[in-house]
This record gives sequence, C-alpha cells and structure tokens, in this order.
Amino acid sequence: MVVNSVHWFRKGLRLHDNPALQETLNGADTVRFLLESLEDLDTSLRKLNSRLFVVRGQPTDVFPRLFKEWNVTRLTFEYDSEPYGKERDAAIIKMAQEYGVETMVRNTHTLYNPDRIIEMNNHSPPLTFKRFQAIVNRLELPRKPLPTITQEQMARCRTQISDNHDEHYGVPSLEELGFKTQGDSSHVWKGGETEALERLNKHLDRKAWVANFERPRITAQSLFASPTGLSPYLRFGCLSCRVFYYNLRDLYMKLRRRSSPPLSLFGQLLWREFFYTAATNNPNFDRMEGNPICVQIPWDHNPEALAKWAEGRTGFPWIDAIMTQLRQEGWIHHLARHAVACFLTRGDLWISWESGMKVFEELLLDADWSVNAGSWMWLSCSAFFQQFFHCYCPVGFGRRTDPSGDYIRRYIPKLKDYPNRYIYEPWNAPESVQKAANCIVGVDYPKPMINHAESSRLNIERMKQVYQQLSHYRGLSLLASVPTIQEEAEPPMSDDSQASSSTAAVCNYTP
Amino acid sequence: MEWPPCAPCRKSPVTAQQAAAQCNSRSSDSQQQHRHFQSREGGGDAEISRGTERSKNSLRPPRMKRRLSRDREDSTSSCEGQTDSCKRVKQPEDSGDLLSNWARLPQEILLHIFQYLPLLDRAFASQVCRGWNQAFHMPELWRCFEFELNQPASSYLKATHPDLIKQIIKRHSNHLQYVSFKVDSSTESAEAACDILSQLVNCSLKTLGLISTARPSFMELPKSHFISALTVVFVNSKSLSSLKIDDTPVDDPSLKVLVANNSDTLKLLKMSSCPHVSPAGILCVADQCHGLRELALNYHLLSDELLLALSSEKHVHLEHLRIDVVSENPGQQFHTIKKSSWDAMVRHSPKFNLVMYFFLYEDEFGPFFRDEIPVTHLYFGRSVSKEVLGRVGMNCPRLVELVVCANGLRPLDEELIRIAERCQHLSAIGLGECEVSCSAFVEFVKMCGRRLSQLSIMEEVLIPDHKYSLDEIHWEVSKHLGRVWFPDMMPTW
Repeated sequence: MVVNSVHWFRKGLRLHDNPALQETLNGADTVRFLLESLEDLDTSLRKLNSRLFVVRGQPTDVFPRLFKEWNVTRLTFEYDSEPYGKERDAAIIKMAQEYGVETMVRNTHTLYNPDRIIEMNNHSPPLTFKRFQAIVNRLELPRKPLPTITQEQMARCRTQISDNHDEHYGVPSLEELGFKTQGDSSHVWKGGETEALERLNKHLDRKAWVANFERPRITAQSLFASPTGLSPYLRFGCLSCRVFYYNLRDLYMKLRRRSSPPLSLFGQLLWREFFYTAATNNPNFDRMEGNPICVQIPWDHNPEALAKWAEGRTGFPWIDAIMTQLRQEGWIHHLARHAVACFLTRGDLWISWESGMKVFEELLLDADWSVNAGSWMWLSCSAFFQQFFHCYCPVGFGRRTDPSGDYIRRYIPKLKDYPNRYIYEPWNAPESVQKAANCIVGVDYPKPMINHAESSRLNIERMKQVYQQLSHYRGLSLLASVPTIQEEAEPPMSDDSQASSSTAAVCNYTP
Repeated sequence: MEWPPCAPCRKSPVTAQQAAAQCNSRSSDSQQQHRHFQSREGGGDAEISRGTERSKNSLRPPRMKRRLSRDREDSTSSCEGQTDSCKRVKQPEDSGDLLSNWARLPQEILLHIFQYLPLLDRAFASQVCRGWNQAFHMPELWRCFEFELNQPASSYLKATHPDLIKQIIKRHSNHLQYVSFKVDSSTESAEAACDILSQLVNCSLKTLGLISTARPSFMELPKSHFISALTVVFVNSKSLSSLKIDDTPVDDPSLKVLVANNSDTLKLLKMSSCPHVSPAGILCVADQCHGLRELALNYHLLSDELLLALSSEKHVHLEHLRIDVVSENPGQQFHTIKKSSWDAMVRHSPKFNLVMYFFLYEDEFGPFFRDEIPVTHLYFGRSVSKEVLGRVGMNCPRLVELVVCANGLRPLDEELIRIAERCQHLSAIGLGECEVSCSAFVEFVKMCGRRLSQLSIMEEVLIPDHKYSLDEIHWEVSKHLGRVWFPDMMPTW
C-alpha cells in the first residue's frame, strides 16, 4: 500500500533527530533566522531529492486542502508540549482522523516528555530547579537521538516536485512577509541546521571547559555574541537537544574516564526542560492574572517608562547597551538579561514582567514561549520561590562585569570617549569631562530616568508588602519576615497550618 | 451559592467556588498555591451590578469579639425582619427543618459566616433577603476596610467601587476602626484617598495605613491638601494605635497634632521617607508617646536625643526600630550616633529589634560601624565593601539577619568567619553578588551550625577551590545545617 506522508515542520527545523514550523514570530530578526533555517532545510532536502513545501495559512484551513490534493495517508510531526500547541495539534489530529489520515507524533523538542516528569513529581510540575534536578536524576537517560536521514532512507520515497515549486511552495523572503530588510546581510546569528551543527562542533572543541567542568566565569568577553552559542538553534530546533546532550556526555566521559557527568554539565538544557515542564499544563503561564503559580504583584502601568527601557534610552549606559545589543543582534548574555529584567521589574521601574517578556519575544532569537515567560517570572520574583533581596545595580553590576567599559563603547558609541571612571554613570562626571568626551548628559545622552537608590528602596518595600501576605512563602523569604507588632485586627500569623506544612515540603526539597 | 464542605481558610477569605476547587485537588503543591494566589486575586467572574464591585478586597475577618450586646440596637430589628421576610417565601411542607432553620439563623451565626466571605460574596448575599441585607450592614463587618484606589491608566488592579465608598462613608464611617488605603502611582488615587480621609469625621480609628503600591503618589499632592485630610483623622480618632504614613508629605506640625490627640494610645508609627519631618518633629513624638513600641524612619531623623527619649523611664520597652539609610546625593555625609545612646536603648529595651536598611554608595559608609551598634537585621541594598563587612563582624554582636546584595569581587572569607565567630545570634544570611571560597563557606556554616535557619546564597557566590567543588559543597553544608541545602540559582539561557 502506498503511503503518502507529510511531515509538518514547526519547531524541529532540522533533519537530524527529527521526526516536526514555528508560526508565531514577531520581530524581523526572528523571522529572518527562521527563513534562513527554512532555506537551509530546503537545501538539505534537495540533496536528498526532496524539497521543503512552505504553505501559508492556518493549519486547520490548509491541511484539509492538502490532504485531498496530495492524497495524504500519514501526517507526522514533532510533539509540541506548549499549551497552545497541544490544543492546535489536538484539533489537527482529530481532523486528520476524519480524513482517514494516520498521525504520528514524536517527542523530540525536549529531552524528556514533560508529562513523565510531572507524573514522577506527584502529578504536578516541579517548581524549584533543585526538585526538578532530583527528579531528572532518577529518570533513565533521555532517548538516544536518531542519526541524520540518509540517502538510502530517502531513496525509498519519492517526492513529486513540480517545476514551479518555488513559486508555490518556496521559502518566502523577508520582504514578501512585509518586513523591511536592513540590507546588511552579515548577521551574527545565521539560521539553520548546518550552522547549528558547525557551532556544536566548535562548542565541543572547548574541551578544557567540558573536562573540568567549571562553570564558566563571566568575563567581559562573554557579553559579546559567541561563535559557539547555541540557544537560538535549540529554540528553533535546528539543533536537537538530545544530540547536544549526548555529545556533551560522551565527550565528558571520554575525557574524564569516569562514570557519569554531573547534572550541572547540562545546565542550559535542563533549564529549558524545567520551563517547558512547568508550562505544559498551564495555558496562563505567560501572564500574571489567572496564573496559579504567579504571585500577584501590583506592578505599575507606565508605557513611557517601558518604551525608554525597550529602546535603550534609560540613561543608564549598562542597561542601554544591553538593550541595544539585543535589538541589533537578537542575543544577550544571560547575566545581561538578569540585569535588564531586574531593572524593568522589581529593581527599578516596577513594571510588569509581562511587558518585558513581550519585548524579548520580539527581539530575542532564543525566546520560546515557555522559557521566556518562565525566566521573566523567575527574574521578577513572581514565581518559583525566588529570594528578592538581591538587586542588580544598573551601575555597579555592569562595572564589575566589564571594568574596561568596552561593551558600553561598542553599543553606545556616543559614550566612547568617557573615561572608565564615569562611563557607567556619566551623569556624575564633571562638566569638563562631559565636554571633553563630546557627550553632554541631558543633551547627547539621556539623564538617568530614575534614582536607583530611591527606587530600590521603594521596591524592596513593595516586594515585602506582597510577600508578607503570602502565607505560602512565609519563612522562606529573607527580608519578608520583618519583625513587627501585631495589630488587633489581624489574625495571628501562624493560623494556616495546612499551608505551612506544604511549604515545608517544598522547602526541604524532599525527592 | 454553595457552601464549601470544609472550613475555609481564615487568612485569605476564599469564595465558595475556590473552596470547592481546593477540596477537589488537595494533593499537589501547585494546587495549594492555586488556593492562596487565587484568593488574593479576589472574586469570581460575574460582572457587578447595583453598585457593588469586583474588589480585591481580601479582608481578614476581625477576630470576633463579643461586642454584639453593645451594638444590639442595630440588629434587634433585623432578627424579626429576617424571619418575616423569609416566611413570605412559600416552603413545601415536607422540605423539612433545614429550610426553616436557615430562616431562623441567629444574627451571631450569620455574622460569623459573613466574616469568612470576601466583600463581593457578602454583597451578593446581602441581596438575598432583607434579613441578610441587614446582616451585611452590621457594624462588626465594617470595622476593617481597605480602600483600593487605582486608575486603569496606571495600574492593572481593580479599585474599590466609588458607590461602595459612598455607602461606607454614609452608613459605616463611625464603625470603621482599622482602615488602610492602597493607592497606585497616579495622583488621582492619592487625591481620592485624601477625599475619603477628610470625610472620616465621625471615625475613631485605631489603625490607619497609607500604602503606595508603586510610586509614592501622596508625595505629588499639594502638601497642605494632604495634611488637612490627615489631621481630620488625627483630631477625631483620639485613640490611634497604629499609623503607617511612609512616603507621605507629613510634617512636624501635623505630628504635633497627632501627639496632642493620641499620645496615650500610639504604639506603632511608620514614617520612612517623609522628607518634611525634622529630627525635632519626631523627637516630639518620642517625648510624648510613651507607649510607642515600634518606629520606622529614615536615618536623618535619628538623633542621640531621640534614642534617649525612647529609653526614658516613662517609656515602655521599644520592640522594633527600623531605620533606612538612603543616599540622596553621592558623597553625602551622614552624622554619627553615640555609642552611649545605643547602650541606653539596649539597657532600656534589651530585646528590641534594630532593623537597618542601607542604600548607600560604597564610599559613604564612613561614619557607620565604627563602634558597637545593637543592630539585629541588616540589609545592604547596594554594593558594600569588604572593609565595612569586616567592621560589621567586629561591631554587631546582636546580629540576627544579614543580607548583602553585592560586594566588590574580592572573597569575603575572613569577614564571614569573623561574623560567624562574633555574631552568635546570626540565624539568617543572604549573599547576592559576592564571592566566597567554598572552604571558607563550609567553615562559616560549620561555625554557625544549626542556628542558621535561612541560608540564601546565590550560586555564583561560591568559588570552588582545592577542597570543594560546587557539586560537593552542598553535601558538606547540608551536613552541618542538618537539612538539605542548595545555593540559589538563576536560569541560564
């Protein structure tokens, strides 16, 4: 019996370890990356006598048509664990059944099936990273990745490719999709599986790092985009997370001749896994209201301040440089993310993390739904039992990370002539220095939009107000349990024995 | 409206639906959180009609005091009214005792039940019949109220409905005793709060709290406007016990009014960041209000005289003193407090908690920690130098909690060890952007032992050395703490 099979690419834009195409994209850079990935996929498929078919429209509209036109009998795709994805796929599977099309779904975007982890944690997703790691430790190793699809495998199939394939099914260009290109085609992050695999090899070449497994200390150099960085490729699935995992593992075991690598070797992959697991059953994961794991914090509503932050006009060079790099290149180091996220939310501007998340969604190449929302909640101390006492200073933190100031000079050229002493706080420079640097604060470069000492003082109070009322966090948060005399109207603090026993369970990280 | 089958959580009043949901899914963490976070969020999805509103008013039911006898005059009529109105409903003969018992529910029981309900549900209940409507207006239910004043342009939160506010002022202002105002960052909200305050003429408040949930909008009001509203309460209450007016334009003269009317009863005064108050103003409070047990203010208001006044014989034991030390301009000079003043405080109130929050540049710490100081809770909100932390170890024998946001990146090994040695009461420590070698950290934990109930160390703080790697350290530390411990982590993307 002839099987007519359609593989539906959503995230897994690769041919290696791929049994499944990202629809929701906003920023031009993200779209560019995606299109490059599609081109790459098309090129690889061509070598195997096949092609990529890009069809535009809603899946629920497109598939019925394709099922008929192409006489499809089988539809395959990669499992999407995100709530929206599950809903969409359920509808497609149902529709496929109605058309007599067999569907086959494989879980390859994450190391494990999130449901498995949830099941092992008493049917709820682990909400602390340590608990998550404890569960993963008890699981068997992730399934081994499949090798790349070979000529032989493809020889058994035949793809009907028409002469005007490019016209109907070709990968669109940025212009066709309505984006303006900047003309400059030398992007730091080039999309596609080929690039991903090359980078993986270079990444592994840093053998010393893998062997000693020392957590890489951040240096000034780390702030700049690395030629071995992999996060956007993981997001789009150009690189299989399992291939990455096993490559790391095999290399470690070869170099150390020991049994198993520590979980910390897979930090990046496990964080990603953690957030996917936390999000899979929570359709409200990306918002505060209605989100059962999110602390309800009375954030300020201030579009003007948000715009200044998003556009890198805060008057704090460290923050502005980071946001500029983000806008120009689509990637920033994770410590840089902590700095700007803290500044926007609990540190300085007291604006909701949802706003920051949306800006990242637009600009950041590796921001997928679960990881982006989860990280923003984490960094704003809105979930996952985070301590809120440590606040990243928009001056001090930058200066400690890069005392030379080169990062600032690169992304805010206006400030390049400032001496190191003042480059992180140009408003404190005497007039003569400002004139000499040809950049007057308030004229050529904005004044700082807030007073950090005052803002952080206020915001710590706000966070305390919120946390003091959360019986669930009582005893867990430093600063929140500030001594104070009880007022008559308030019931005693330790009223809720049920809550405290559950917090004890979480706090002790019992496996 | 269905009654929840189990006792609702007293702390955060739960609606019936939520309580039912809670009973259906008890087991997991997330559901427990669901219960608590949901109940913070307030009410159901129903649109509000007839002037009641969707309020986030998570009232804590006041402890039911046996005051019903005093307020009986309000409620006697309601009992009869209630029975009458319920008799009007046709009841099937054999529906049994259940229905008729509902009608004859004594007011005390009704009150008790209503106290568990958040405002919205209570409002719905009040529409059921005249009797329940009267119960809704019983004075006991209006002792506590939190006015939430938010503008849609500046806040995501819902606000207390203006009609409800009018009703409260009209019918219940003389019942109000524990009142707070939560305002967002808009000036309108602060003005609305002042409006309400000025109308609380018949009120005898015990507690008043003015809380800004975002930027301090009270500071944007014309000072006189705010002061006149506030003094209405000061003058009329005469029995204010607790007053929270942080981040407001309160000034010395208004404090005098406060003192003139409430000196016998004032126990708690929180006024951090009130720039119009002078040391003399606060001294007046300390001199007259001998029952003051808790005080929060900024460092510039602290003086030797103040501490001596708080330690005078006539004064009760102070329980908590919170001081914020905030840098207005870089290179600011701060005055010093004499050791003898602190000693007097400790002699007078040996158990008092001294909570100090520092928001200074590194080079502004000159005057601090040169002498012994009885601080118990210490927070450094910005970078603090190794040297200052060394002085903290030397001079803070009463230290209970130490939280360091950041430090220049030199290892704090010696300083931590010294703190472990000399701060024998230390039970909580938090380190942000700092560096400590793993060996020194283990030593620190070993010395503190099990008294460390809170150990919150960012993962990046710990520097592996020849003795311990990162993976090994948490076992060592857990061993000495007597419980499983891990450093705090931040997601790496």
